[in-house]
Amino acid sequence: MIQSLTDGILVGAIVSLGAIGLTMVMHMLRFANFSHAELLSIGAYSALVFDALFSGILPSLANNIGPLSMTWALILSMLCAMGVTGLSAVLINEFVFKRIREKGSELSMVFASFGVAMIIRNVLGLIFGLKSQLYSNDIVFAVLVSSEPQLLIKPDQVFVLLAALLIMLVLHFVLSHTTFGYALRAVAENPPLAEVSGIRLSRVIALVWIISGLLAAAAGVFYGLNNHINPVIGRDLVLPIFAATIVGGIGSVYGAVLGGFIVGIAANMALLVLPSGYSPAVPFIIILVLLLVRPHGLFGEAET
Amino acid sequence: MAETLLHATNIVAGYVKDLPILKKVSINVKKASLTLIIGPNGAGKSTFIKAIAGVVPVTSGKITLKGQDITGIRPDQMSQHSIAYVPQSDNIFRALTIRQNLELVLRKNRTAIDRIDTLFMRFPILKTKQTEKAGTLSGGQRQILAVSMALAAEPMLILMDEPSAGLSPKAAQEVLQLARDLTTEGVTILLVEQNVNQAMRLSDHCYILAEGQNQHDADAAVLLNDPIVGEIYLGGKRMRAE
Repeated sequence: MIQSLTDGILVGAIVSLGAIGLTMVMHMLRFANFSHAELLSIGAYSALVFDALFSGILPSLANNIGPLSMTWALILSMLCAMGVTGLSAVLINEFVFKRIREKGSELSMVFASFGVAMIIRNVLGLIFGLKSQLYSNDIVFAVLVSSEPQLLIKPDQVFVLLAALLIMLVLHFVLSHTTFGYALRAVAENPPLAEVSGIRLSRVIALVWIISGLLAAAAGVFYGLNNHINPVIGRDLVLPIFAATIVGGIGSVYGAVLGGFIVGIAANMALLVLPSGYSPAVPFIIILVLLLVRPHGLFGEAET
Repeated sequence: MAETLLHATNIVAGYVKDLPILKKVSINVKKASLTLIIGPNGAGKSTFIKAIAGVVPVTSGKITLKGQDITGIRPDQMSQHSIAYVPQSDNIFRALTIRQNLELVLRKNRTAIDRIDTLFMRFPILKTKQTEKAGTLSGGQRQILAVSMALAAEPMLILMDEPSAGLSPKAAQEVLQLARDLTTEGVTILLVEQNVNQAMRLSDHCYILAEGQNQHDADAAVLLNDPIVGEIYLGGKRMRAE
């Protein structure tokens, strides 16, 4: 019970990071981007490449940090991967979504996002192969925190949770205390008014893609640390991330965080009562129930 | 005779190319005056001030401000051209606090942040509610915030699109009086209003548009006593006109 809750919180933190980016893009550009979770894959694989690179150049970086399987090389790689993913997000927007927006409707963009997702997934498969890979082959043993009830936690999990929370705090600070954050919220609420208030829309939209890319890359690396890295990370995570976004209410960053934890915890807790094959269905049950009770999500605003 | 601040000649503009809403509109706005634009629904009043603000593309014609060509400016650069635009509805960010709304419009000009205090002195209601979400404000208070956001950039010209729409008669009178007061401080106001009676009493000059074209223009005082305008816009009786 406690074990499922703990695992759920960890999964929740990763899903939240993905959902924050998705909710921002979805709200601002008014389309459901089904390729968002592929940004997690891009992040995870870029970090893998940089990790090999840094460890090769400076072997001293490849030592584990304390009890973690994490190395300094991987931390550096994660930062680089965040950059690469942010840039990828901007380029995808520039070459695909922006062009379709000029000619087609939001629905065309939704379909295009499925296409983008498939392209990214298969290109990653082509380059890196379909076999699962790991950041580290070291075996990190979970620490027995308590035996009754049984609770095992890996040091990496603690690190990931703290890092995810730190990223969310930074984002919260930016959104609530900087004029750049106000500008982001202004564009999300009312793009035409934001423009006449002196905000250059195209620039803010590019920045939102970058932010969503940065968060997705972090989520991808964190996921890879606790699981395997393979080209179908995006496919596996797209639905939980969407569920978290919808549960939280589209456009609400705080809703996305809460939604992520709800989905993560619920999916893990469900394992206690359901056969594991049914676990992927849990997010949908949450969406269904929530939309019946609160059609705009927990924090979403009704369209006026 | 006060100098001309805004000059628009033969403006053709619309959202869709080849389907202009404004077919040919020209106006002249004197510095520190309150100029009113009225006309029936669909006359292109709002489109016209949006065209000045750069929100609606101008197909042909020329707009100058103090002699400088400002035709087709980028809307996000309005404040650099010393223009501010107050849209009709949804003219504040509801999810931001009152203070954040004001800080947002001043974000490129951090040295001017003390202007917020000046605005708070002028509109104490904004100060008392500064940490509250702008969405909690009443209709009249929203308009005051919207006008304050425009004033924060210290523009020469403020374009206002029906600021009294949806307000109580008292709040409507207050917001229109505020527009009048601003002109005494040297700000020029170009106002679109449906609330013709109240607005015309406070205006200097008035343009009447119809079907995307100039129909008539005269000093507001003259139009107020014009029997035909009275009949159409001010609810006067034909009997009196005859």
